[in-house]
Amino acid sequence: MKNRLKVLRAERDWTQADLASALDVSRQTVNAIETGKYDPSLPLAFKIARLFEKQIEEIFNDEE
Amino acid sequence: MTKKNDSTNWPGQTKKTTLRLAKWIILWVLTVAIVSFGAALFWGENHLINSLAILLNVGVGIGVIMAMINHLKKQDEMMQKVQLEAMGISLGVAIVGGIAFSMLDSTNVIPFNAEISYLVMIIAFTYLVSVFVNLRRYK
Repeated sequence: MKNRLKVLRAERDWTQADLASALDVSRQTVNAIETGKYDPSLPLAFKIARLFEKQIEEIFNDEE
Repeated sequence: MTKKNDSTNWPGQTKKTTLRLAKWIILWVLTVAIVSFGAALFWGENHLINSLAILLNVGVGIGVIMAMINHLKKQDEMMQKVQLEAMGISLGVAIVGGIAFSMLDSTNVIPFNAEISYLVMIIAFTYLVSVFVNLRRYK
């Protein structure tokens, strides 16, 4: 699943560690989501959407 | 974005539960040493003392299990997945390897007894390698 996490994070000038801290996950998890190697659970996806004040589908795209 | 202190953020909580788990494991190893060396060097085959020492070992072992559960609960979802997969592989190796090892002993294919300590080492090694490989996969 593709996502815009890296772009959204860069727009806010946050590091992966900053984002990880805000989401209560490890930096490795943020990195794995950004690179598309790990798809977050629905609760975590909602948390990400809330943090960036966007709809889930504006961040995550299930097209390959 | 507000920064969280060590007691509420993910790395802080994980560090805390990892340290707690390490302390329980060290304590458990000490109780294993008490049973093993105590019987060999001090009280011999005194059933009462040996039973009490083993009871202490089991009690501390339950503490290790509780600390492990707490440690896993504090992991984030990806790390829990990594740990779960590693534990699944380790359990498979423990059952398949353990039974095969036991049969090698009972059929006298190996010239030594199938001690449980070998199996514990294999499980630990499998778990470590599995965690390492899984973490690399998500890197």
